[in-house]
Order: sequence, then structure tokens, then C-alpha cells
Amino acid sequence: MKGETIDDAAIRMAPEDNVVTALEDLPAGRAFDVDGGTVTLAEPVEFGHKFALASLDPGDTVRKYGEVVGTATEPIAAGEWVHTHNVVSTRGQPGDEGGEADSDENGDAERRDT
Amino acid sequence: MSERAVDPREFRGYRRADGRVGVRNYVAVVPVSVTASAVAKAVASRAGTGVRALPHQMPLSPNEAARTQVETVLEGVGANPNVAGALYVALGTEDIASEELADAVAATGRPVETLAIREAGGTEAAVDRGVDLAEDLREVASEARRETADTSELVVAMECGGSDATSGLAANPVVGDACDRIVEAGGTGVISETPEFIGAEHILAERCVDDEVREKLLARVERRERMADLMGVDFRGAQPSPGNQAGGLTTIEEKSLGAIAKGGTTPLRDVITYGNHLPVGGGFVVMDSPGYDVESVSGKVAGGAQIVVFTTGRGSTTGNPIAPVVKVTGNPKTYERMHENMDVDASRVLEGESVRTVGGTLSDRIHDVADGTLTAAERHGMAEFAINDLPANEVATLGDPT
Repeated sequence: MKGETIDDAAIRMAPEDNVVTALEDLPAGRAFDVDGGTVTLAEPVEFGHKFALASLDPGDTVRKYGEVVGTATEPIAAGEWVHTHNVVSTRGQPGDEGGEADSDENGDAERRDT
Repeated sequence: MSERAVDPREFRGYRRADGRVGVRNYVAVVPVSVTASAVAKAVASRAGTGVRALPHQMPLSPNEAARTQVETVLEGVGANPNVAGALYVALGTEDIASEELADAVAATGRPVETLAIREAGGTEAAVDRGVDLAEDLREVASEARRETADTSELVVAMECGGSDATSGLAANPVVGDACDRIVEAGGTGVISETPEFIGAEHILAERCVDDEVREKLLARVERRERMADLMGVDFRGAQPSPGNQAGGLTTIEEKSLGAIAKGGTTPLRDVITYGNHLPVGGGFVVMDSPGYDVESVSGKVAGGAQIVVFTTGRGSTTGNPIAPVVKVTGNPKTYERMHENMDVDASRVLEGESVRTVGGTLSDRIHDVADGTLTAAERHGMAEFAINDLPANEVATLGDPT
């Protein structure tokens, strides 16, 4: 696993990733040159947290390490913070309908093949 | 690359009668149940240098499946290559027989003693007697000398605890590179913490050498998922933990993909049950263990791992009583703030240093530690130990894990 740092302030783990990880606390408005374009942060992104390189629609897969790490639950624009408020696991998530009492069935129902 | 040249092909260790090679030379004082833990600690404390207690919380009468697992671990730590001789301490009413543990360890050619607190005449008398026995064992241990051994004789355990986003970005890939080097040198590298394969098991499955290993792996991951459901925990909800999430990890698959990077890139050769014998010269293998890091480390040490490499983004300080634990952090703030508890700074990867270069630094450190250099956890006397329990209802529903 080899990442590629962007302006020494973010790291992209694989070329096909659509999110990158902040390597320092980044302020809103910080601009990054990525894939021949510019991605400008819409909001502050803390060290260790992710932001989108491209816009995502609800249901789109979020990729890090070249793998699917979750699904967008709402529209995400390039430069927006990507975390638990707008992404869910493809393996089920707290607060899924069905509740804990029936977690087996719930887990299966919510699981998606990716 | 590194400040000094370390021959990656060899180290200097203590060759035991069973052929395995230790990197430390301890007398292990092992309580058979929680009721003997205080005596074991007192014995090790009074006997001093080279005598290590492994106190734990297991009851006098574990349920049957748990008992097997506890016996496996108690026997395994006594026979770990870092242990020259062992003393088993019991109250005397345990379901697990000290003599059986002692016989199994004696079969590896080590001197072993047993002590029953009831027969000794109570706590004080047992501690006195235990100190005498530990000193006798230490005298035998003191005859051992380091000799040249091959890197292929190392069994190195990879662990993570207190993960944040830097664990998957830097520390775990660096450990994975070191794991590859151990395996390429003919040794064994082992990862565990099965719950942290969830969401990344397809990648490990692709690395399995054959269908049998693949089926074992996937069955183990599924079992851990069902175990969580049974205990009323939804892993997919409980993971990543709130601490992980604060550190930037969003989903369990993101955490797992980062976690399995510790296992490097070589083929996955076998899946070992908790606490059982790890192969020497076995390549990359997996041990099925819980996600709790102290129990997971204890299982691998019981399996015969001589060295543990432990990544932590948020700053875990834990060690082990009989195995050196090398702490690696990928978080520059943690390295700065907790420098005295860290051995290797993997955050250099985030500054553009290659994983291969920092992996080389870690690999050199592993060899130094094998040769006798103390780790941060050893210098600070960190010696955590815990055995994984199996509640009876899990066993009834899911069947015996062995």
C-alpha cells in the first residue's frame, strides 16, 4: 500500500480513490491541484479526516485504498468533508431500521454486494 | 536507510531443548486461576530479575470450551521460546490440573515446577515456597547463552490498538512491509483480531494459498460476526469505535482495510485458532482472536510468538510479560507527545518517506530487539496479560471454537 501525498497536506492511497485524507488540520478555502483540476475545501477538515475529490450522489461508492469503504447517503460536492454524517458502511450501520433486537435479519437486509 | 547495518538473515537468541529460539530468557510464573494471580505476582516481584508473572482473571471452573482455551494459553505461555522455565501456581481446587500443564511444558524440555497454595499452607507460605522455586528455575535459566539463529526462526506477531486514520495510512503499511521481510527471510508473521477483518475479508481470502484455508478464514470471520450479534453487539455499529471515528475512521470496512495492511502482501498460509501453536517457518498466517488487543497479543504469545509489533495512532502503551512489544505510531503528534512509549516513528511516511524505507527501519529494530535491545514497553515495565473468555451461551449457540 503506497499513498501519494498532495501538497504535503493530504494523502491519496490509490489512484482510483475519490476521497483523500488530511495530514494536518485544513481550513475552509484551501485549494488542491488534483488530476489537472482544483479542489477547494468547502469546510474545515481535521487531521485524519477525509474530503471528496469528486462530487458524489447518494448511493455512490466511496473509495479509499482502491477499495469500497462506504456509500454516500446524500449529495457530496468535491471539497466537502466525508464522514459518518454523509457516508454509511456497506456492512450495516447503527440506527438501521429493524433495530438491535433483530440484528441478524437486519444485517442481511442492509448488506450490499460491492 | 538505517543508521547501522543489521544482517536481516540472523539474530542472537536462546536455543531451547525443543529447537525453538527465544529472544528473552525468563522464568514464567503462571497462575492457573484468578485465585493464584496475587501469589504469582508476589513471587515474581520478590524473586526479581528475570522472573515474570502472568496474572489473569480466569475462574476456578471455566465452562468446558473456555477451559480448553484457557488450558491452551496457560500451556502455551509456559512453552514460549522466551521462557527458560515455568512455575504453575494454583489454589489447588481448580478444574485445570497444574500437573497436566506442567507435564505438557516439561515435554518441551523445560524445567517446570508446580505449587498449590492450599498445600503450601496459605498465601505467605506459598509465596515463600514460590520464590524458592523461581530462584531454582532462574539458576537453570542463567546457564542459557545467546547464540546465532536464523531469521527464519522468528515468529513475529502484528497487532494494532488505539487506531486512528494514520494507522491505516502509515503505521500498518510499514508493519506490513516488515512482515513481508520476515516472511521473505523464511520466518512467520501473524495477524489476528478477526473482527477487524470484517469488510476486508475478501482481500485476505484472495491471498489464501488454497480453498481449505480460505474456507477456514471466512468461517472464522462469520463466527465472530455472529458472536457479536449473540452478545447484543452489532460490530457494524460498534465499529469503528467512537475514538476511531474521532480520529477520522468512518466505516468498519475503512478500519479493516487499514488493519489488514499489517499483514503485508505474501500468501496467507494457515488460520490458527486462539492461543494454539504457530508454525515456525510458516510464512504469513492468521490467528482467530477477539478484537481486544491485550487478549489478542496474549493469544499470539501463547502460540509461540517471540516478538510483538504493535501499531497505535492514538497512543497505546501496553506490553506483555514475556514478549517484547515494539510500538509503532503513524501519528506525528502521538510520537512527539508520547515519545518515551514509542519505538518507531512511522509518521515519516506521511511526510513523503517511502513505506519500504521506514519498513526497513522497523525491520532493523525488530532484529535489534531480538538481539536483546529493550523496547519502550519493556523499559517502562509494561506487562499486560489477559486470556480471552468464552461465555457459555456463545459456546452453546456457536459450538466449540476448537
